Amino acid sequence: MKTRFLLSFALAAGCGALLGQGPLDPALLGKPPVDAWPTYHGDYSGRHYSTLNQINQSNVKALSLAWVHRINISPAGAIVGGEGPEDAVGGAGNIIKGIPLMVNGISYFSTPDHAFAVDARTGQEIWHYFWKTKGGIHIGNRGMGMYNNWLFFETPDCYLVSLDASTGKERWHKLIADVKQEYFCTPAPLIVRNHVIVGLGGDSLDVPGWLESRDPETGDVQWKWYTTPRPGQPGAETWPDSYSMEHGGGMTWQPWTYDPQLNLLYVATGNPNPVLAGHSRAGDNLWTASIVALNPDTGKLVWSFQVSPHDTHDWDGTQVPVLIDDVVNGQPRKLLANASRNGIFFLLDRTNGKNLLSKPFIETLNWMKGIDAKGQPVPDAAKDPSIAGVLVSPNQTGATNWPAPSFSPDTGLFYVGTQQTYSMFYLTDTDKRPQGYGGINHPVGTLGNFLRAIDYKTGDIVWKHETASGAQGLLSTAGGLLFGNDGVGNFIAYDVKTGSPLWHAGIGNTTNAPQTYMLDGKQYVVVAVNDSLYAFYLQ
Amino acid sequence: MSTQSNTRVLAMLLLTGAVTALHSQPGPAGKFDEAAIERGKSAYSAACSFCHGSNARGGETGPDLVRSVLVIDDENGKELGAFLKTGRPAAGMPAFNLPENQVRDIAEYLHRLVYAAASRREYAILNIVTGNAQRGEAYFSGAGGCKACHSPAGDLKGIGAKYEPVILQDRFVNPRRTAIPGHPESEGIVANQGKTVRITPAAGPVVSGDLIRISDFHVTLRDAQGVTRTFARTANEPKVEIADALQAHMDLLRKYTDENIHDLTAYLVTLK
Repeated sequence: MKTRFLLSFALAAGCGALLGQGPLDPALLGKPPVDAWPTYHGDYSGRHYSTLNQINQSNVKALSLAWVHRINISPAGAIVGGEGPEDAVGGAGNIIKGIPLMVNGISYFSTPDHAFAVDARTGQEIWHYFWKTKGGIHIGNRGMGMYNNWLFFETPDCYLVSLDASTGKERWHKLIADVKQEYFCTPAPLIVRNHVIVGLGGDSLDVPGWLESRDPETGDVQWKWYTTPRPGQPGAETWPDSYSMEHGGGMTWQPWTYDPQLNLLYVATGNPNPVLAGHSRAGDNLWTASIVALNPDTGKLVWSFQVSPHDTHDWDGTQVPVLIDDVVNGQPRKLLANASRNGIFFLLDRTNGKNLLSKPFIETLNWMKGIDAKGQPVPDAAKDPSIAGVLVSPNQTGATNWPAPSFSPDTGLFYVGTQQTYSMFYLTDTDKRPQGYGGINHPVGTLGNFLRAIDYKTGDIVWKHETASGAQGLLSTAGGLLFGNDGVGNFIAYDVKTGSPLWHAGIGNTTNAPQTYMLDGKQYVVVAVNDSLYAFYLQ
Repeated sequence: MSTQSNTRVLAMLLLTGAVTALHSQPGPAGKFDEAAIERGKSAYSAACSFCHGSNARGGETGPDLVRSVLVIDDENGKELGAFLKTGRPAAGMPAFNLPENQVRDIAEYLHRLVYAAASRREYAILNIVTGNAQRGEAYFSGAGGCKACHSPAGDLKGIGAKYEPVILQDRFVNPRRTAIPGHPESEGIVANQGKTVRITPAAGPVVSGDLIRISDFHVTLRDAQGVTRTFARTANEPKVEIADALQAHMDLLRKYTDENIHDLTAYLVTLK
């Protein structure tokens, strides 16, 4: 392994400079992104923060368009793979929800059934890989992971595909889960040393959830961690029987974060199943809707903290576990912050999972009785979905959702797109063994969507700015800027300290979180709107 | 189509915004053979339900077949048929010698149940008229503040006959329509339904109309002539005043108890 790493260092230096293309230096993964963006989150911390400040508050008004790349998803001219029929064309393949990797001047990204390499200097396509699908829910794809010169991405029909980054040619593909059981796969794989961390989704048929690690060379499974226990295992006491825990869901559909020093992988797990009908799964339903720390070498659970015990509103717990290093009362602290879909902001000690703070970040939250001694919310059973309907805030989409929040160490503020939505939740499946969702969520409106800046130490809202967008992907920078959108078609640079807009471009509502990097001495800011990537810089 | 399914279709239309955005399964039309399902249901009841339960979700001795990987992976009864020939005697599942067409029918029935469990669009809201109409009337005239704008003898006359309960309930809890999935442009319009805007420029006449869209940089309205106009704006200019005709409904979201909603529904249903 060492030899290979040494080789890749040499290759990175050589090819990167000469050919403008080449393998990823693995040392980059643990550093703040500067002249590369090598993971979905940019680095392992999930902060969506950049130390770059070439573009800053004093010159952002001059930010202008470098290029636009509109993806072409036609199979014509593409490298074709996949196990589906010849004429297989999935839906939603043209929306970019992932964040491109930018390595040695090339952007690599994926959408449902497609992967692309695009020249990060010009926006021109280098190659296109097309996956013939067997079906599955084509709701989105968060992008790729990179190891040396190899790329990894997941498909809606739940295969892990590995490509040669230079050519886009397939190395291999491996089945993750059975699409007929309603599994579908959206996450961006995360590379931790020689582990390709892979997750999955699927809420419709009460199937078990897990996270797995694969060998980057062979694609073989190294370990599998199930998000619900089996009888006799720790956590089994939070389920009534083996039937409920084996069909208890808990999907792993969001990219993860990692602390190399502690060697802990932070995973936020999805909702339990049946989704809205909780009566066949009395108990807290561990380890669904939880933040867990795993050993990435063994897949063993080190600690867990449940953000939504016995979730009956499809809130998951899968928002980004953001890693913050700070000095508190003179002591260096390793912390984890998470703005959960259920409307509560959590701060944990990430060495042991101990709760330091739990505080609602929306004003309308009405589903809990309070916070218990462990810092976990106590759900109000009266707000479980009922036949006649209950009015709950936030709605099923949540107070926020999958789009990445941002944390700036310069301001100590945690930025998150939020919505104060309400829904009527109806129980539709009264059988003693309800199945699938078992209920309906009907959104009935919002009492205001806001971009919020949360003081991570107190949970206080330092500023909020009304937007139409609610949940949205964000990026903060050392230039004093926070990039986001307003839900009415504007990509905006806000002042990190006040939320005042300083610059905007009416390119449409962004569909991923913005990224930034240096290339040829210029700082680029890149963001996606549906089928197009927009790159900005100072001319 | 029965009244029951009419209600369901209406409710589904209403809920499409919520449901289709998250789920993209094709409808069952053409996907299933209804006659085969009926035959399969009878055959299932006779041969399988004793162990696997009347709805195939598992019984005293047999496992849940709707969640069975063998059933889910089966194609046209092929895998199911092969399994039934031998059964799993050690686990208490005997072999069944059923004709091939009957196995296909049972498979079709089970696949339909799997589809129904997995397809949120198919879920039907049950009887939501559980409240107390008298209390609902008191809330209408009192704490709810409904009578400030509405009257049972006026605009709400016959409303209970006009709408099914689930739609009636939706009309007061959710007076704004739901955005059309896949049409982001509808989101802004729907979000601002019922809102009017009055714009006072530094110079020139005041302009009013229906609010279409507002951002930090622009405000767009549709005036009485149906003309859409957009004005640039900064933090201070021009003066923008927004009024929401549905504000009382929005305010109720924070005040209602679930019992208030159920009672109000029960009361409105009586206005026939």
